[in-house]
Amino acid sequence: MALIEFRGVQKAFGPKRVFIDLNLDIHEGESITIIGGSGMGKSVLLKLLIGLLETDGGSILFDGEQIVNASPKTLTKVRRRIGMLFQGAALFDSLSVGENVAYGLREHLQMSEEAIAERVHESLDSVGLPGIEDMWPADLSGGMKKRVGLARAIAVHPEVLLYDEPTTGLDPINVTRINRLILSLKEKLQVTSIVVTHDMQSAFITSDRLAMIDDGHVIFQGTPDEIRRTEDRRVRDFIEGNADEDLDTETLLRRGG
Amino acid sequence: MTATDAPPPPRGPLPKGGVVGAGDSIYRFFQHVGRVTILTRRTFVTLFRTRLDWRAFVDQLDALGVKSLGIGAATAIFVGIVMAIQFAFSLERFGAKDTVGRIVGLSEARELAPALTSLVVGSRIAAAMAAELGSMSVTQQVDAIRALGADPIRKLVVPRVLAGIIVIPLIACIALVLGVLSAMLICNISFGIEMPFFLSTAIDAVTMKDFMAGMGKTPFFGFLTTILACYLGLETRGGTEGVGRSTASAVVVVSISILIADAVLTQLFLSL
Ligand SMILES: Nc1ncnc2c1ncn2[C@@H]1O[C@H](COP(=O)(O)OP(=O)(O)OP(=O)(O)O)[C@@H](O)[C@H]1O
Ligand SMILES: [Mg+2]
Repeated sequence: MALIEFRGVQKAFGPKRVFIDLNLDIHEGESITIIGGSGMGKSVLLKLLIGLLETDGGSILFDGEQIVNASPKTLTKVRRRIGMLFQGAALFDSLSVGENVAYGLREHLQMSEEAIAERVHESLDSVGLPGIEDMWPADLSGGMKKRVGLARAIAVHPEVLLYDEPTTGLDPINVTRINRLILSLKEKLQVTSIVVTHDMQSAFITSDRLAMIDDGHVIFQGTPDEIRRTEDRRVRDFIEGNADEDLDTETLLRRGG
Repeated sequence: MTATDAPPPPRGPLPKGGVVGAGDSIYRFFQHVGRVTILTRRTFVTLFRTRLDWRAFVDQLDALGVKSLGIGAATAIFVGIVMAIQFAFSLERFGAKDTVGRIVGLSEARELAPALTSLVVGSRIAAAMAAELGSMSVTQQVDAIRALGADPIRKLVVPRVLAGIIVIPLIACIALVLGVLSAMLICNISFGIEMPFFLSTAIDAVTMKDFMAGMGKTPFFGFLTTILACYLGLETRGGTEGVGRSTASAVVVVSISILIADAVLTQLFLSL
């Protein structure tokens, strides 16, 4: 049995149908990358998994527990096992970096102040930002914010990590650094990771498997080798960055750029 | 489930007027009322069932109380001065200058200090709160709280509402003192009314019942201000523009609600 199972998931926002019939299995310990055009619902997929958004139909199982229509208790239990890096980092402006990273620890675990400080230090250290506990989110660069967001997600030692575009908008050095971090977290802590990205280079480096979402379905899943060899036109176009010459602007806009 | 798990409130173009437009706005109005009611219920359930987040609560006491003292005091002093001049001027014509202290004391205690201060301070608090929570919503900080296994109602709403219920009455009490004292001063300077006389008549005129009829309204104002600001803040969608919209709505909605609540509560307390 897979650790996470999406079965026939449907999701619409008003008239906009994001997922029509989405099926995807994610296995324990694997690192899977979700690719797909902008606005195809990659962020929505991650939010459905931890119950930040509600599904309109279908089922999502996490380690055998149903997420769809789950009670607040179940959701909290599940959320404690999953860490998420948000697309915009979503750091708490009103808290220092140290308090941001400590947030989940204070919430769930009965830890002493020393143990919390220790864990915060260790988490910041592993994202390559040791000793910045007393800085404030407003004073950080975009790349630093992302890494602090990641430190906050890993501080509680989750079993699953969700990365929403961890490398978008970062310089090449930070991209490499984040990719290394994703790999090392997988190796050191055996976390299952789900990475959403547009960055194919990173995707090939960090993932065991890739899945592509298009028009409400998973249209392809396979290993990096399989995706390189696929004949599927839509997948090829996406990974090679081909834009259809005769697509008019309207179609492009409708597809969400 | 928290309030923020519920589907977003109805949006779309503003009603164009006419029967359909009116029906639509009435429908939306009651939908908002329903959602505020749900948020209120959850807030009180959370308040009584879970541990209070003391840090956030103390932060809110500071943000609401200490930071509103200035505007609260300024309002109280100038309202006190203006009312004293108006009363003294009118009453002098009827040869009833002696009653100025009594009338100022009564109107300050029953209405001016509680309602007017709540209105001004409440608007300030509502704008700041809706803007803060609105920014948190649109930058996914509220989602992040939930993702970290915490409850936004416990972490954000309860400390704010509780602080509002405590802070607004305190500021109203301070406003009462400042209002009467500034009235006393101006009456002495401009109308030659002796200060001890003014003060003793003012204090004599106000019974415990008057005091309670005025101040008893303030916890409700504090509650209304904060719960509405939290609601509008947490429901914010649509980036920085959305934050601007929520902030503006918060000022309007909170002011109108305080005025309506004042009318209702004043009548209610009179009939008790
Ligand atoms: N809370 C929401 N309310 C309304 N519509 C939403 C909401 N969240 C997402 N959407 C819509 O769902 C669609 C998918 O959004 P999502 O953020 O998942 O895209 P994405 O694949 O992550 O895109 P990107 O790569 O640009 O981040 C978009 O059209 C978006 O407008
Ligand atoms: Mg996204």
